Amino acid sequence: MPEQLIFAMEVFLNGLMAGVLYALVALGFVLIYKASGIFNYAQGVMALFAALTLVGIMEGQVPFSHLINAALGTDIHHFGWHVPGFVAILLTMGVMVILAWLVQKVVFRHLVGQEPIILFMATIGLAYFLEGFGDLMWGSEIKTMNVGLPQGMNLAIDEVTYGIFGYGFFIDNLDIVATVIAALLVVALVIFAQYTKQGRAMRAVADDHQAALSVGISLNFIWVMVWSVAGFVALVAGIMWGTKSGVQFSLSLIALKALPVLMLGGFTSIPGAIVGGLIIGVGEKLFEFAIGPMVGGATENWFAYVLALIFLVFRPQGLFGEKIIERV
Amino acid sequence: MFYREAGDFKTSYDADNQTFPIKFDRIGYYVALLVAFLVVPFMINDYWVNAIFLPFLIYAIAAIGLNILVGYCGQVSLGTGGFMAVGAYACYKLMTSFPEVNIFFHVILAGGITAIVGILFGLPSLRIKGFYLAVATLAAQFFLVWLFNRVPWFYNYSASGQISAPERTLFGVPVTGANTSAWATYLFCLVFLVLCALVARNLTRGMAGRKWMAIRDMDIAAEIIGVNPLKAKMTAFGVSSFFIGISGALFFAVYLGAVEVGEAFGISKSFLVLFMVIIGGLGSIFGSFAGAAFLVLLPVLLKNVLVGGLGWPTDTAAHLEFLIVGALIVTFLIAEPHGLAQLWRVTKEKLRLWPFPH
Repeated sequence: MPEQLIFAMEVFLNGLMAGVLYALVALGFVLIYKASGIFNYAQGVMALFAALTLVGIMEGQVPFSHLINAALGTDIHHFGWHVPGFVAILLTMGVMVILAWLVQKVVFRHLVGQEPIILFMATIGLAYFLEGFGDLMWGSEIKTMNVGLPQGMNLAIDEVTYGIFGYGFFIDNLDIVATVIAALLVVALVIFAQYTKQGRAMRAVADDHQAALSVGISLNFIWVMVWSVAGFVALVAGIMWGTKSGVQFSLSLIALKALPVLMLGGFTSIPGAIVGGLIIGVGEKLFEFAIGPMVGGATENWFAYVLALIFLVFRPQGLFGEKIIERV
Repeated sequence: MFYREAGDFKTSYDADNQTFPIKFDRIGYYVALLVAFLVVPFMINDYWVNAIFLPFLIYAIAAIGLNILVGYCGQVSLGTGGFMAVGAYACYKLMTSFPEVNIFFHVILAGGITAIVGILFGLPSLRIKGFYLAVATLAAQFFLVWLFNRVPWFYNYSASGQISAPERTLFGVPVTGANTSAWATYLFCLVFLVLCALVARNLTRGMAGRKWMAIRDMDIAAEIIGVNPLKAKMTAFGVSSFFIGISGALFFAVYLGAVEVGEAFGISKSFLVLFMVIIGGLGSIFGSFAGAAFLVLLPVLLKNVLVGGLGWPTDTAAHLEFLIVGALIVTFLIAEPHGLAQLWRVTKEKLRLWPFPH
């Protein structure tokens, strides 16, 4: 087998793994969009915030220590304890639920019935707020996250592929774990949406707000729940990205990549988010591998957006989106 | 009592068609122009110009441009930073390739080039609508910034990858480069702002503006009553990008002097200008001014109070600024979705009667 093809295969596999991570962020978008029609730009920042909170709790940081130090002239940073990963994840989940409740209570309850674009702008405002809030609460320096996920090259795959092709593929253990977790998450979400009472209520709200309201479903509760679930997805995405590349501001920019993923897959489709993520992940890695060196590299910055743009011109609702019907 | 429309009779079509039909507005406009051109230049120094006036003037041009696209035509764009970069690099290439031509024309031409690029990236808006379009314009943002970063022709093969403005003069007075004086750069940008605002104001009152607003309110209905969506959307993208290109050219040549594209024209710039438009008021030229002034002044104010007054570290103050800007946007959207411009309209309503009850 020619060497180039083997390299391309490795790139393809790595692209699939990267795509799973994009899909994880995109999932959160789809959930909120389906249930409330809000295009939640803040999803990426929510992942960053969740990761910051998780690290902060694990390390026993004092929240707002910079602010307190600046205002009172004290010098406090840590409580001096370390919380085990599992407990910290539960606590962070609690924080995300409180956040979801606050977002619903303070912001979106007052914006019911506004145009979608106003809601979108509100989520951008929310993103800025959360970004400032997260940094103020936990400090903005780059943090390492370690919740016990395996990292580094997978030796088994390396050996097997070396045996077949005479060249060992480099595949990160973390990516494999991320793929497994993402698959579990999707299965769990599908089961939740199809077979539980709350899930059914959620689907009813997504179908028709007013009809759902008239059969006695509390919109407020469903929206808080959806934001909480999205917060949970953000937490998972935050853990994965945070372990991979450190908890830092660029995490919220990586989440921007989830937008073309959504456009490819369609805003309203959970399978679409997964397939779109895989296409974008594989596409940008292969493009960078094949064309990148010719045009100066770093094509990953824009390839996803341009691909989505060209794709949308031919199919405006995305791969799995509901057909857009326009009436006067 | 203080703001009156009554007793202001028009006796000719010209008078009826004035840019500011109400006498009070007209007087206010002339006074503002007089102050801006004849008083401010004598009172400012380098700090004021660099911290407040230049950013305000330049962002106001960009905000007017984006307001035409988002506020008047209803096409949400997140590519403002990329288009500003086009203006800056076009201006740079023109300045270095044709040094004998006046800088004034370079800036205008840079706007024209940006308009062409804007129309190119606006083409998908015929098929893609709403959020899909907003995300599609991100393609322009990331692609353009990457392009200027990677293709050495754009930065004249300089080793640092930066572009820096050579010295150019207007009527013998340097307006770009290292030896500028505060009043010259201020007046140079002010002239552009006044011209852009006048053009924008009159375009939006005229046929083009009405078509844009028809498309914004409901594009299918507009199409049925005879508005050509292709023309309307493309002119909106073109005019909007023209203004944004001018602001990008001024931002690079007059304000910063040297630019690294990813830093100066990144995605955060797109959001900043979008926020100016939202906070100022969608679909209002005055709102663009108000929004630009607000978001230029707020960080300066916060920095002076928190860092200068209370002695906090700069990074904490910067985070607090993020938090406050975000909270303000949400508050604005809840309390007054039409922004500062609407507040101004309400104030004028109140001033008509005040201090009398009826």
